[in-house]
Amino acid sequence: MVNDVIKVEKSGLSTSIQDLGRTGYQQYGVVVSGAMDVFALQVGNLLVGNPRNAAGIEAVIMGPKLNFLKNTVIAVCGADLSPTLDGKEIPMWTSIFVETGQSLSFGKPKNGAYTYVTVAGGIETPVVMGSRSTYVKAAIGGGEGRCLQKGDVLKAGKMETVQFKEKSLSPELIPSYETHPKIRVILGPDEKAFTASGIETFLSEKYKITTKTDRMGARLEGPKIEHISGADIISDSIFPGTIQVPANGQPIILLADRQTTGGYTRIANVISVDFAKVAQSLPGTELEFEAVTVEKAQQLYVKREKILRQLSIGAGVY
Amino acid sequence: MFQIEAFGDKGIRVQLGKSISKETNERIRNFSWFLEKENIPGVMEWIPAYTTVSIYYDPYYISYELLKKRVASLKDNLSSVKLPPAQVIQLPVYYGGELGPDLSFVAKHHHLTEQEVIRIHTATDYLIYMMGFSPGFPYLGGMSEKIATPRLKEPRLNIPVGSVGIAGSQTGVYSMETPGGWQIIGKTPVKLYDPQRETPILLQAGNYVRFVQVTEKEFQEIEKQIEDGTYEVQTDLYQGE
Repeated sequence: MVNDVIKVEKSGLSTSIQDLGRTGYQQYGVVVSGAMDVFALQVGNLLVGNPRNAAGIEAVIMGPKLNFLKNTVIAVCGADLSPTLDGKEIPMWTSIFVETGQSLSFGKPKNGAYTYVTVAGGIETPVVMGSRSTYVKAAIGGGEGRCLQKGDVLKAGKMETVQFKEKSLSPELIPSYETHPKIRVILGPDEKAFTASGIETFLSEKYKITTKTDRMGARLEGPKIEHISGADIISDSIFPGTIQVPANGQPIILLADRQTTGGYTRIANVISVDFAKVAQSLPGTELEFEAVTVEKAQQLYVKREKILRQLSIGAGVY
Repeated sequence: MFQIEAFGDKGIRVQLGKSISKETNERIRNFSWFLEKENIPGVMEWIPAYTTVSIYYDPYYISYELLKKRVASLKDNLSSVKLPPAQVIQLPVYYGGELGPDLSFVAKHHHLTEQEVIRIHTATDYLIYMMGFSPGFPYLGGMSEKIATPRLKEPRLNIPVGSVGIAGSQTGVYSMETPGGWQIIGKTPVKLYDPQRETPILLQAGNYVRFVQVTEKEFQEIEKQIEDGTYEVQTDLYQGE
């Protein structure tokens, strides 16, 4: 059983329904999508008692105004876009009891870009190819395959009614979304297509995120990365966080809505735990890259995964 | 060729050939079959491409070093497997007219008649090397150079779904309405991608596509059957060249 739980009063910039994405269909050319910051979405879900993969509302820079149609529990995790409930500031990374008729709004973006509103029971929209994630270009997911619009009514899954108890994420686990993030990468698979000085340039210079940045990818600007002989490859797979360098020598970091294949040389991949640092960086942010080993990257990933699993157990969600 | 390397911290890339060829594609098909059969814990999916298969996995369940070993152990079996013949998926196409506005240009470009272009385009079974670009879009190989035609100088803003086109020596079918610069020679009513269908994607890498010319009346009949949900896509087993 599902219930109408939220009415969209103002849509915000590009507010969309996202879960952890549409895996299993990449071999058919289907884009994965999913939350730009999977840690924030998962924590948000656990705080309201949902499974980690439940769908939430992703807002970016200019958040929406949401009106609650029934009493429920929500959390706001990710970028700090100054969330308020009926005009009163509310804490982030914390579960909040909201009453029928109350409204959640956002103000000035303080740090980060993407934030997640999770609702007890999870947002219910039809599952398309195993996911509720919205992918606007193929018009799938999120109900009608588009971003939220004023007047949309969202449903949530039914939750057992339990006594509300406020829960928060431990402060030491809250990501900081630094203004000059160092992004760790694993070089390859096409690092041999670059000159030694090209790789050196990539790892020692600063690259600024341009305004040509969206859910599909972040276009960067900085000193030209030198190829040995051309930037084109036989079309091949690309993954979240793959960094392509076309002939102009300016890197592009591929994000949640990237296509499944590409034809440009791939200098490196952003490690999983640093993907959200890229996603949360606003245009103008300067990134620096540091090469790490696969083993190191996997240790960091497993460490984060263990934290999320412990939080799941703590929340009684499996 | 069998070369394994890391592709980020959740990917492993296996290169099975150096250039685009039927032989490489055969190895990729065999390798993918083994991956399916092995069902390695932590492996979430894999993406066959022209010369590689990239595996996407969860390092919480299996580390790069362990997965690399598991994958390497598949190498020796690759040539031993004899897979059943690939499928040939038949796509009915109405050529020319409003649905194929560039057919006459392609014909003139090669000093052929429109019917000759159609005969050449329908004479080949096209190998699906890989899928990508947009959901359900096949990268097809094997088109005759006799009808290879450069792209439009100015791309169109909206190419209808199902449009069959030529771009250089490639041919393909638009799986979604997108802008595009291909020479559009016809249209199939069959949907390569339909998120509402039980199997949303019609094609798969390693299989073949055959274009079959239909009349306007047949096109409309098939279109109606697809709407009613009664149309069955015709398939054949691949017989070789």
